[in-house]
Amino acid sequence: MGTKFYASLLKEVLPSIRPSISVGTIFYEISVQCIHMSLVESQLPGWIPFKEKIQETGDFALFFLRFLKESVRRPFEGKEFLLQCYKMGNKSLPLVLITAFIMGLVLTLQTRPSLVTFGAEGLLPGMVSVSVIKEIGPVITAIICAGKISSRIGAELGSMRVTEQIDAMEVSAINPFRYLVVTRVLAATFMLPVLVVFADTISIFSSWIAYNIHGEMSLTGYFNRALSKLGWIDIVPSLIKSVLFGTAIGIVGSYKGFSVTGGTASVGKAANSAVVTSSLVIFFIDMITVQITDII
Amino acid sequence: METNPNHASHETVVTINGLSKTFGGNQILKDVNLDLRKAENLVVLGKSGSGKSTIIKCMVGLTEPDDGKISIFGQDMTDVDYNELNRLRTKIGFLFQGNALYDSMTVYENLAFPLRHHKKEMGIEKIDSLIHEVLESVGLPDTGNQMPAELSGGMSKRIGLARTLILKPEIMLYDEPTTGLDTITAREISQLMLDLQRKYHISSLIITHDISCTKMIADRIVILKEGTIVAEGTYEELEKSDDEWIRSFFS
Repeated sequence: MGTKFYASLLKEVLPSIRPSISVGTIFYEISVQCIHMSLVESQLPGWIPFKEKIQETGDFALFFLRFLKESVRRPFEGKEFLLQCYKMGNKSLPLVLITAFIMGLVLTLQTRPSLVTFGAEGLLPGMVSVSVIKEIGPVITAIICAGKISSRIGAELGSMRVTEQIDAMEVSAINPFRYLVVTRVLAATFMLPVLVVFADTISIFSSWIAYNIHGEMSLTGYFNRALSKLGWIDIVPSLIKSVLFGTAIGIVGSYKGFSVTGGTASVGKAANSAVVTSSLVIFFIDMITVQITDII
Repeated sequence: METNPNHASHETVVTINGLSKTFGGNQILKDVNLDLRKAENLVVLGKSGSGKSTIIKCMVGLTEPDDGKISIFGQDMTDVDYNELNRLRTKIGFLFQGNALYDSMTVYENLAFPLRHHKKEMGIEKIDSLIHEVLESVGLPDTGNQMPAELSGGMSKRIGLARTLILKPEIMLYDEPTTGLDTITAREISQLMLDLQRKYHISSLIITHDISCTKMIADRIVILKEGTIVAEGTYEELEKSDDEWIRSFFS
């Protein structure tokens, strides 16, 4: 790439930047052109492995930049955003609650014997709450939502693409990206932390039930002990992580669905790929945020 | 079956010059030139894969041409920004081959959707009456509450047509409007297209290989062969062409 890359950057990007436009737009234009030239259009030698994956990564990066750009532009599709919040939140809640309930129950039942051996049974509420709120709650909820929300977005947008509904929107002069993608990604970003809060609460509640199988403690007492071990440093990063998970779920599902080509078989592949990719991205984000929190 | 008496004026609304498009090394369109006149029904005939649909997709910016100019109401579609492109798109109706109705919305919501985006000042009563009027004009006044999945092929086509008409376009682009329909329904759709042209004086570009539909509605026909226009004329002129391949369309 080298010289050719910088030459085309100078030739194509800089002349397109008008003096009157904002720093944000300049940054956006340069980022788009850099990604496009270096990843999507790059003439990579044939021996380089995963060449298509590198180009797909470039496409995804451009898609994400477009989301950032479109999400701050008017008009905002408020009605569609609320509808998506309802669909994602309301329809995922039962599954999230059941899973969280079982998670808290199992975690307590399996940890209790070890703590009893060391005479540290009293630490159980705090240990469960720290595990659930810092790690298990956000990650498990995100994985469930990757299966439920990301696949739904991938299949829905994919089928709209193959049946030309997205093209129909485009030719009606309605921006399909803003109407379909921005609303879904923002709804997932907004709803995931809400679902995580529900999941965390129900997990601690089911942990109290499991604790009372062998011991005895009031619900208020259990929650007091559980929450006394938590500080803002545990709760805030967990919520930030949930927001990032929500964005990842929304953007990956939307990207996979929006970029479907071919017939109906591609829709199934898009839905499947949305789940796999968003699950991987969730673990990747988790790894990074845990490292950052550890440094802090 | 009678042919369509010509209502077209000489005023040109669309001019395509030197349009070329290649997909994956396969040249689909080669230097296509054509004009669409005001209130005219222009039919583009050709075999499957000859590039017919690519022409209209280039006209609305769904496909970017490699070369050439597409001038609509004097503005080059290939050289406008996104906002200007959208402004021009509101003047163009596009009926997709598969109708492309939004399957998560009712018929009413399908028709209200473009109005809510482009006619924000329009009140609910005005929207209701406009939707009712358009549904009447396509002969399906009582389908507002139905979902697209509940409609037959012919009804979906009519609703697709109603949705494109709701913004009162000046140009209509039809992508194989009668494909997949039985002969009677295909004739009804062709008659409907003709009625709409007469009622609203819309200029239409119709992509088809249905010769009965062509005979009913065409003011003028162009024939596309391997991405190039090889003949142009009225139905009667082309039917008597010296070229056997061209005559084969009309037999």
